Amino acid sequence: MKKIINVALPKGRLGEKVYDLFERAGFPCPSIKEPNRKLVFENAEVGVRYFWVKPSDVAIYVERGAADIGVAGKDILLEYTPDVYELLDLQMGKCWMAVAAKAGFQDDRNRTLTVATKFANIAKQHYFAQGRDVDIVHLNGSIELAPILGLSDVIVDIVETGATLKENKLEVVEKFVDISARLIANKSSFQFNREKIEEIRAGLAKQTEK
Amino acid sequence: MMDFQEILSVEEWTALKLRALYASQGYRQYKMRKFEQYDLYVQNKDFLLDESVITFTDTDGRLMALKPDVTLSIIKNSRDEDGPQKVYYYENVYRVAKGTRTFKEIMQVGVECFGGGEETLEETLSLAAKSLDEISPNNLLEVSHLGVISGVLEACGLTGGAKQQAFAALGEKNTQALTAVCKKEGLDEKKSALVIALVGVCGSVEEVLGELDKFAVDEKTTSAVVRFKATLSALQKAGVTAKMRVDFSLVGNTNYYSGLSFKGFVEGVPTSVLAGGEYNNLMKKMKRNLRAIGFAVYLDGLGKMAEEV
Repeated sequence: MKKIINVALPKGRLGEKVYDLFERAGFPCPSIKEPNRKLVFENAEVGVRYFWVKPSDVAIYVERGAADIGVAGKDILLEYTPDVYELLDLQMGKCWMAVAAKAGFQDDRNRTLTVATKFANIAKQHYFAQGRDVDIVHLNGSIELAPILGLSDVIVDIVETGATLKENKLEVVEKFVDISARLIANKSSFQFNREKIEEIRAGLAKQTEK
Repeated sequence: MMDFQEILSVEEWTALKLRALYASQGYRQYKMRKFEQYDLYVQNKDFLLDESVITFTDTDGRLMALKPDVTLSIIKNSRDEDGPQKVYYYENVYRVAKGTRTFKEIMQVGVECFGGGEETLEETLSLAAKSLDEISPNNLLEVSHLGVISGVLEACGLTGGAKQQAFAALGEKNTQALTAVCKKEGLDEKKSALVIALVGVCGSVEEVLGELDKFAVDEKTTSAVVRFKATLSALQKAGVTAKMRVDFSLVGNTNYYSGLSFKGFVEGVPTSVLAGGEYNNLMKKMKRNLRAIGFAVYLDGLGKMAEEV
């Protein structure tokens, strides 16, 4: 019996684009495009089983071996530092991790900087490297609101086009990490399914180079 | 006779089988107290996977700790004068589980060898392979050599922070990140190619043996490559390499391990169940002159395997 590789894909717009990439790389699963609410799709012929999970959970599924491989944003990998292989940059969902503040904001190094973010670890590390004393406010959404209401001085968040920031009269102070979607693999699964996973990686690499 | 396998959990049964294996190979059991003076861990915190330790004050006012690690205690209580030693242990350690803020009691079985020659390396690796066979027939032992990897990075001019970044990228098999480090540090094409070639070292002992010579670029790397090849060839001769894979993405804890480094996996368990290597740096730091190699088997993950079967 052929071993089937479990692939965790991030639910949403990016996930659909990622699936198309897998399809072009030679690992299609047509049933995934049928309009239904199923979460698991299998194509035994090419040896893959896809499932949709919340984007921020992909790394957990892979690290814990529920999925052999998956596609996760670099932001999630930096924040949760899962113990997984990062096999390929898929060059999709490109954006930056950035510091943003109200237009005209001047950083006063004499006092503690309050930072609102969904990415507490990334923010902590960024400011730790600068030796900056910060107070991190962990929020789960609508981060842009924090400086407007005075909850924080700055925010650390993902910026793609900057349109949301602009509409809320915020501006980017500093872009500090490039973010994009990455192919990740469970370290144990990789050892036992090396050929198949390498084949998928090579197929995807060929598509991203185009 | 009572069927003990029926009564015992997978963890307990495996622990018994491993203890029998180590005793049959001439390893002496090393028994110790649950507590250790906290000082030991403060002085060697670089060697611990996590700095959190459970502490309490003894009735005489000394600050004590519940062991987060066994190897440090064994080294502390060893003496160079006693010469070569082979011991095994079966102990609980107390660590913070990853991603949580709570302590966990982890059952660990392991072996330590002090003061052996080159043949000890092969012997320990063979024993690691046999240990995995006791756990499950579907296993793989990943083998790497930090002396070769570290030597190549240094010979190519990657030191300090850049070396750490390179190690991290290699550990993720992240060719693109490794390429970026080489570019940032201004390595020429030849050096970059050599560093990136480290990611490609991933295959059976037979496949990799022929490739290793390209990493012998200076005195330090040559000696590391020669030693590593000698160990692999000896294992090959002994016929125990069928389930071994040489993989340079295994960089482990470089504070702890210095030369040979290895990790064991069994199918169905998402994390490694065995980890070990040479820890001569740790011995030196604790003022011992003997060479040392050892490994630990993590029994807490094996319950998962039983569910899958």
